[in-house]
Amino acid sequence: MTTVLEPPSPEALTTAPADDTGLMRRPTEPQGVWSWITTVDHKRIGILYGVTAFIFFLAGGIEALLLRLQLAKPNGTVLGAAAYNEVFTMHGTTMVFLVVMPLSAAFFNFMMPLQIGARDVAFPRLNAFSYWAFLFGGLFLYSSFLLGGAPDGGWFGYAPNTSIVFSPGHGIDFWVFGLQILGIASTVSAVNFIVTMLNMRAPGMTLMRMPIFSWMTLISSFLILFAMPVITVALFLLAFDRNFGANFFNPAAGGDPVLWQHLFWIFGHPEVYILILPAMGMVSEVLPVFSRKPLFGYPVMVFSGIAIGFMGWGVWVHHMFSVGLGPVAVSAFSLSTMFIAVPTGVKIFNWIATTWKGSLKLSTPMLFAMGFVAMFTIGGLSGVTHAVAPHDRQQTDTYYVVAHFHYVLFGGALFGIMAGIYYWWPKIFGTMLNERLGKLNFWTWFLGFNMAFGPMHILGLQGMPRRIYTYDDSLGLNVWNMVSTVGAFIIAFSVSVFMFNIWHSHKRNRVQAPGDPWDARTLEWSISSPPPHYNFAEIPTVHALDEFWHRKYTEDDDGRPVRVAGSPGSEGDDAAHDDHGDDDHGHGIHMPSPSYFPLVAAFGLPVMGYGMVYGRSSGQSYVVVVLGALILLGGLFAWAMEPSAEPEEEGQEVIEPATDDQPALVTAGGEEPAPAPAPEESGS
Amino acid sequence: MATKERSLAHEEPVTPAPEHHHATNTGLSNEKLAMWAFLGSECLLFGALISTYFLYRGRSLSGPTTDIYDIPYTSVSSFVLLMSSLTMVLALAAIQRGDYRRLRVWLLATALLGASFIAGQVYEFTSFIREGLTIKTNLFGSSFFVLTGFHGVHVTLGIVMLLSLWNLSLRGSLTQERSEVVEIAGLYWHFVDVVWIVIFTVVYLIPT
Repeated sequence: MTTVLEPPSPEALTTAPADDTGLMRRPTEPQGVWSWITTVDHKRIGILYGVTAFIFFLAGGIEALLLRLQLAKPNGTVLGAAAYNEVFTMHGTTMVFLVVMPLSAAFFNFMMPLQIGARDVAFPRLNAFSYWAFLFGGLFLYSSFLLGGAPDGGWFGYAPNTSIVFSPGHGIDFWVFGLQILGIASTVSAVNFIVTMLNMRAPGMTLMRMPIFSWMTLISSFLILFAMPVITVALFLLAFDRNFGANFFNPAAGGDPVLWQHLFWIFGHPEVYILILPAMGMVSEVLPVFSRKPLFGYPVMVFSGIAIGFMGWGVWVHHMFSVGLGPVAVSAFSLSTMFIAVPTGVKIFNWIATTWKGSLKLSTPMLFAMGFVAMFTIGGLSGVTHAVAPHDRQQTDTYYVVAHFHYVLFGGALFGIMAGIYYWWPKIFGTMLNERLGKLNFWTWFLGFNMAFGPMHILGLQGMPRRIYTYDDSLGLNVWNMVSTVGAFIIAFSVSVFMFNIWHSHKRNRVQAPGDPWDARTLEWSISSPPPHYNFAEIPTVHALDEFWHRKYTEDDDGRPVRVAGSPGSEGDDAAHDDHGDDDHGHGIHMPSPSYFPLVAAFGLPVMGYGMVYGRSSGQSYVVVVLGALILLGGLFAWAMEPSAEPEEEGQEVIEPATDDQPALVTAGGEEPAPAPAPEESGS
Repeated sequence: MATKERSLAHEEPVTPAPEHHHATNTGLSNEKLAMWAFLGSECLLFGALISTYFLYRGRSLSGPTTDIYDIPYTSVSSFVLLMSSLTMVLALAAIQRGDYRRLRVWLLATALLGASFIAGQVYEFTSFIREGLTIKTNLFGSSFFVLTGFHGVHVTLGIVMLLSLWNLSLRGSLTQERSEVVEIAGLYWHFVDVVWIVIFTVVYLIPT
């Protein structure tokens, strides 16, 4: 790989001043803070998601360290019982809704359109709305710390513990309405991604030629689409109980606490797959590239992903084996839980087969990907032990469960996401991350993770219960708790190595990333790093799975890959990143204009949330809900009415073409049809 | 607001502009596909609400329950809502013909029928409350008001949508080649009607 040491030319995108004037003028700033606030570019939104989620990751990580400090020794005094409840609730809620989901969404946003050969998502402004709703939802949730106490009912919020009798404070209200806002953000982006993937693939890219990460994006988007409304209903029922005195979870009126558990876990189990499938997709991209072999059994990988997506809806009762639903229900869900291990196992064997006899290159992304396979296998196996109902009953509410889901969500999802971060970082920022620091990051991460969560299996089997803020000296739990706490701090060290790596690679020892640093297989590597704002100067026509690989390599008689003469990268692959210096390719490509209104509309949501939270204690505050609804509606109407830059495309919701070419090309009525280098993609 | 080119197109016989959704992989436009996906999500929303209602049927410990229904009255308002699906179809047919005057008539008729249904629901709710059934009374009150209330909110949003379309048409920016906008609003409207058929059946008609 070639390295260019001079700093890259800034991505100066000249933007013509829009000729519309007045209130509804579309924002045009190409750079600076306002360009980020008004952006509708899927790549920038992806970066915003990633940065925001990483900050929440630090917050959730600090919460985790507080928990571990409290439990490091018996009779700990770092946190009181009440604070402990708040911190573990916020830790779980943060890591699920504000870290793993949005980190996956960051890659959905940035990579999926590049992988399928599109110039943006189907609804760019809706995409911006999703991001702002996510950000506001997260800030809304965290504002509870300053406003009288964070939620303390666990990330699962079991009613009636979360009903007003047992949780009179506002913490649960923040949790309920915060999750509603985040649910809106996820549902909207799921619709957006589904439409993008079903409708906007490059010519020739059939579904079975779609890169595996995009496939997993599609499956998790469908899971989000169908799972979110269920928790929306559960949260609304709880809100009606808390705010308006309904009886859904009020046992005194005959209300059934098990209803909450059913609704929550019908959402909650697909949610587990929403968290893990994107990471599986990332790993399935990384392993072939660093093994220099195609993904083993691509169609089987796709179909096992789909199978997991379907079966994920039929296993939720394994979260409720100790409720007492009767032997028939428990047996049925035991079986279905064992069955869902089959497609998961198929994936694990396919990953192993992908690396089998490959020419492995143990770069940092590959290390994280292999770590994923190993750790996720452990997490999957302890998951299978939970399918055995008697065993599960023994382990319910012990640290064994905590160990299991951290092996799946940390050992799985976060390992996979780290693999994705190291793999795609050069593409996103045009900078290589330092390999030595990366390896230090991996090994400390791997060691810290296993030290933190491995002992929890033992603690659980010894009977240490979850969600208990302290334990007695005489219980024999001291050693493994201390080991676990030390492991947690090693993870914290690893995270700081990661941050140092970012700083070091960008500020100290910057190595410009070529377009295709890993000799990769999918379309996002066929363009410069970072990609130009229009993604593809010419929309590619796809002829095969792993299209980019087949453009670079052909096979000799022995089946060994041989470079195609003149292929990208065959003679110093810097050809890719000089194509936005001379801007020749950008002409006549219609990109959506930035907009203020996604932000305005999304701002209505937390306003409504605060109104609902405080409406419960003082009825006048419901006026604030109306105010928030008006902001939301006003934002949406202004959004629908805002002019697009080109008259003949008026009202196209899909992509509003902007005049983002050189001013010389713009005439009063619009644009000269410059010699378009590409067929306009759909919706542009 | 840039309406100058909108007014040019107003009410002139328009040759259908090149359609923008030809190039999509599915052949459906992005907007229509998005509406279908959203409606899929809505199915789960109403599914969860209806399941909750079912679970709590006959489990109230006190207070009035299903004997409070006035079936003939609700049948009439259900009929009104279902007729609005007919006028919605007529509105779509009108814009596809380029008949903008009838488009507005039928859009307004649909919105008015929807509003009559909502007025009926408001009346029904107030009469129930007068007879002593509120959301706080018992499980039946909670699940009835929340389920039918959610449906009512959906109808109300549909009315806002229809009136926005009517307003767009008045301003001349809802032209024949954009008839799909009406079709998509219609998908939502018909969905809300279909949901009401289910709710009316399971909530009102099936005896406890």
